[in-house]
Amino acid sequence: MPELGKYASAVLSSWAVTLGLIAALIALTWVQSRKAKRTLDEIEARRAGGGS
Amino acid sequence: MADMHRTRQARDRFNFLWEWANPVKFMWFSGKALPWLIGLTVLTMAVSLIWGFFFTPEAVNFGSSVKIIYVHVPTATVAISAWFMMLAASLIWLIRRHHVSALAARAAAPVGMVMTLAALATGAIWGQPMWGTWWAWDPRLTSFLILFLFYLGYMALWAAIENPDTAADLTSVLAVVGSVFAFLSRYAVNFWNQGLHQGATLSLDKEENIADSYWIPLVIGIVGFMLFFVTLVFIRTRTEIRLRRVHALELRERMKDA
Repeated sequence: MPELGKYASAVLSSWAVTLGLIAALIALTWVQSRKAKRTLDEIEARRAGGGS
Repeated sequence: MADMHRTRQARDRFNFLWEWANPVKFMWFSGKALPWLIGLTVLTMAVSLIWGFFFTPEAVNFGSSVKIIYVHVPTATVAISAWFMMLAASLIWLIRRHHVSALAARAAAPVGMVMTLAALATGAIWGQPMWGTWWAWDPRLTSFLILFLFYLGYMALWAAIENPDTAADLTSVLAVVGSVFAFLSRYAVNFWNQGLHQGATLSLDKEENIADSYWIPLVIGIVGFMLFFVTLVFIRTRTEIRLRRVHALELRERMKDA
């Protein structure tokens, strides 16, 4: 860990906010992507099963 | 005759580009590109963030607070670039009616919004010890705040309108209007030459540029965050295409049942 001196709280909180937001964005993107793929797969499987 | 031939060749090359706006081709191409994009993104972001945090020296005037630029500058750069990408995609929608471009613009908005929020937050956290205030109604900061509100408005407009083509039309117009603030976010300092925010951190002018020990990891970081943006836009556009297909199939099923 580098010596951050009197700016430690500013540096650490800036990095924490950014990395937190990036992690949340990745998680949201991943969840939405999985959900959309699953829904489409289900509908296409149903259509294939129904012969239409 | 030779001129006509050359013109036709150029037009054919241009038309070849439009083929990538086909949803099937986009899904194929993005599926192939994503593993490479993810790998490059992880590599460049990791190098820049580790280098920037652990291996950069303290600056004479700013102490260790200089390390904030490794999150502030790349997020701000992506925040502005994302809106210009949305502007380009929106213009393609308005002129050529390619659905993938409208969906790509929609997919980019949350990424741009989060980057704008991160840039605003890290700027405020840096401003408190440096300027003695979290916020000032400085031209660049104010333009950035308005850009953030435009992102929120753009996303809300997409969510509020049921007809996807109408939503794409109206949000495209909003993207054109908002591009003024994306432009001002970058150049307000040069226009008004006032306020607290300093000029460009990176410049082609050697005199104005920051020292090599800071700018190399910063440039890698900007490339990394740009790749991160492209990667997420690809993934999110794929999701939007799938959701559009789900909607079309559900509609077809309902019509069959009726």
